[in-house]
Amino acid sequence: MIPSPLLAIRNLTVEFATRRGTVTAVKAIDIDVGKGETVAIVGESGSGKSVTSYALMRILDRAGRIASGSMIFSGLELARMPETEMRNLRGRELSMIFQNPRAALNPIRKIGHQIEDVLRQHALVGATQAQQKAIEALANVRIARPEERYHAYPFELSGGMCQRVVIALALACRPQLLIADEPTTGLDVTTQKAVMDLVSELTRERAMSSILITHDLGLAAAYADRVVVMEKGDVVETADANTIFRTPLHAYTRKLMRATPRPGCQLRDLLPEETISPVPSPVANQPSKQQHAPILRVENLIKEYPKAKSAGGLLSLLGGKSEEPFRAVNAISFCVGRGESVGLVGESGCGKSTTSLMVTRLIDATSGRIEFDGTDLTQIPARQFAASPFRARIQMVFQDPTDSLNPRFTAARAIADPLLRFPRLKPGESIRQRCEKLAGQVGLPLDLLDRFPHQLSGGQKARVGIARAIALEPDLIILDEPTAALDVSVQAIVLNLLQDLKQKLGMSYLFVSHDLHVVGLMCDRLIVMRGGEIVEQGNSADILANPRHEYTQALIAAIPAPPASR
Amino acid sequence: MLRLIGARLLTTIPSIIGVIIVTFLLTRVLPGDTAAYFAGPTASPKAIAEIRSKLGLDQPLPQQFASYVAALVKGDLGQSLTTGQPVTRDIAARLPASAELTLCGLLLAMSVALPLGVLAAVRQGSWIDHLCRIIATAGVSLPVFFTGLLLVFVFYFILGWSPAPLGRLDVFLSEPPRVTGFLLIDTLLAGDFPAFRAAIAQLILPAVTLGIFSLAPITRMTRASMLAVLGADFVRTARASGLSSGKVIGVYAFRNAMLPVVTTLGMVFSFLLGANVLVEKVFAWPGIGSYAVEALIASDYAPIQGFVLTMAVMYVMLNLLIDLLYGFIDPRVRLEG
Repeated sequence: MIPSPLLAIRNLTVEFATRRGTVTAVKAIDIDVGKGETVAIVGESGSGKSVTSYALMRILDRAGRIASGSMIFSGLELARMPETEMRNLRGRELSMIFQNPRAALNPIRKIGHQIEDVLRQHALVGATQAQQKAIEALANVRIARPEERYHAYPFELSGGMCQRVVIALALACRPQLLIADEPTTGLDVTTQKAVMDLVSELTRERAMSSILITHDLGLAAAYADRVVVMEKGDVVETADANTIFRTPLHAYTRKLMRATPRPGCQLRDLLPEETISPVPSPVANQPSKQQHAPILRVENLIKEYPKAKSAGGLLSLLGGKSEEPFRAVNAISFCVGRGESVGLVGESGCGKSTTSLMVTRLIDATSGRIEFDGTDLTQIPARQFAASPFRARIQMVFQDPTDSLNPRFTAARAIADPLLRFPRLKPGESIRQRCEKLAGQVGLPLDLLDRFPHQLSGGQKARVGIARAIALEPDLIILDEPTAALDVSVQAIVLNLLQDLKQKLGMSYLFVSHDLHVVGLMCDRLIVMRGGEIVEQGNSADILANPRHEYTQALIAAIPAPPASR
Repeated sequence: MLRLIGARLLTTIPSIIGVIIVTFLLTRVLPGDTAAYFAGPTASPKAIAEIRSKLGLDQPLPQQFASYVAALVKGDLGQSLTTGQPVTRDIAARLPASAELTLCGLLLAMSVALPLGVLAAVRQGSWIDHLCRIIATAGVSLPVFFTGLLLVFVFYFILGWSPAPLGRLDVFLSEPPRVTGFLLIDTLLAGDFPAFRAAIAQLILPAVTLGIFSLAPITRMTRASMLAVLGADFVRTARASGLSSGKVIGVYAFRNAMLPVVTTLGMVFSFLLGANVLVEKVFAWPGIGSYAVEALIASDYAPIQGFVLTMAVMYVMLNLLIDLLYGFIDPRVRLEG
């Protein structure tokens, strides 16, 4: 299709030696990247998309090896190139930028010196020009005041800024091919847009080719020329970015596309065609029309953190120079109706997590009221709240399903945990029976109940977390980014499960998320926060269609255009 | 910077006060009667009582404590009954001997352990990794007095390469004028090279003995810490930018891996300083550890209190030094100041 591709991967197979024998992570795949072309490799976790890029850079870890195949990069065979020659190509001809930019930079070396290291390694500069070249590289990625930033350490910069530095590092030697491995995962949407726009602008300007590795179809659609879809180590489909999203041929591509939240779709639409539940609930977003009696009323809620030395470095940085305490949440008021889902959205540092922690009564508010079913909960200190009967009525599902489960508890023990604290069993029912019933409710197979978290998949762990939260039949569940760590297809299932449970059990949700599409699907009403304040709240559909505040508008505009639905 | 040091020193005052109280009480509740010990086995009860009142041991405990603290404030740690010298002078004479020995032992251990640990981590699972494990295990498994005796047996008795293990300097050589108390430095300052060589010859075996013992924690910690850092994202970035492996390991990984190693070094140093009694005994080293043990056997309160207090203060200073070193290595720590 392309006359002389810059990169031609043929029959590439990558194997990993594990304790249980050899695992083939990438199975005889072919990928071409033309000059000046951007190719997106999309797929869910375990699809082998990152392994492919590591194999290309020849930075697979000790256990991995290229079993067969060839990788021809501008006439050079990378698969069998000696390490010393390969090292000369890395960073000079082929560069890579990574997920989690802050961790990708040496924490104790000035960023300017890190860029100089690369420039000097490839002998592009002498000692005298190095600093000037490094500052130039920083200026090229649109970092303001590059002379000052040259002396900064990574911890002094924001996540988006760190990613710019990583890009500067990767592009310092003007490589021909840039591999971006989930470059914006974990960054805010507006930052994501800025970073991706920068990458595509810089690569276009220098006529570079690039490979964008992502799980986000929207991102691939917005920035790539061609899309390669990978599943379990295989390339299942390769096509033009425009055509692949309009007419996806492979079933897996269709499944991925369906599972991606997008405007104008319903929650049920996310599920694969063949598994749509027999009783679809057309009332999914209906209850918003009726008036809800409030179960939670938050008034003038304020959380201040002292700017003392003991406070974390990050917080004190945010607080500015004055001695005044830093206000993470600044006098916000909202309410959640009985049976209602309210979304709390905003970018990192906007105070949404602090708010959810206060409502869950895990931390104390500085001032304000949290009225739950007529009682002011701020009167009960967070320390004693665990013993209060209200604890049973307000529960939480945490962000990371892995980190929020005790690794030494089986699934059954984790689900039973709240039941052991607040025994609420029906007569004649054992805890085990209750656990099994809960597992049934969240769709967790009963034979998994005696497994430990590391023996469960991400989706299964999320189900355990949800079963634990509904064990006491609470009135209100605070969901803190419950699907942020999950693949889209799993996310689709978990979101639907949450929606069904809500209707079955008559609970209310406070749904904290950075993903406006997900919140739009799940919630009746939306609250948009920035800098500890509520900038806009109202009906989800209205806000998503006609955002009034400019910040909400910016948030919505920054979401990469998701693939057009068929 | 100075404010940081000041603040750190302030926080150590309570622990120093605690050490003073606890050592005072501990030495009093220990079995053994100082007065009876010094009066000798044939002394009459009257003579013992006389000595007791001379030492102030017949006064109630609070009063004894008050006079002890009052003397302490003036920098007086009391008088050793066994040596008949002020404790401060004894300690000043013996601490440098211990410090010199421990420091040399630690430097020796570091010069072997750090490269070995780094290599073991870089070539994880290779023969060098196994060698590192064997050396480290053997090092801690052998008691120091045994390693010491073995070394003396081989290098003095059989090979005759090293001088007799009798103290810090050959008896026929005169000690250089005392400046730092470290013989290696003082002999150099005096320009006395024969004495310098003799001091090194005396030092080398006990230092190696200590070094072998402290090899294990440093090697293992270096290896573990390097392994963690080598798996970090920024090392992958450095590799992906084509940096040479020397640069990746030396500049990117090693400096980051240093933090836990520095902590371990501090712990090993302070542990060795007080605990190398056995080595000091084997090599007749006039150190502070053997001094304290002798005083303890004689129920000689003042040197024990002085020893524990000195150790506590040294420990505090060492920790301060480590914290400052931390700040030097890791810019994120500097922020807290």
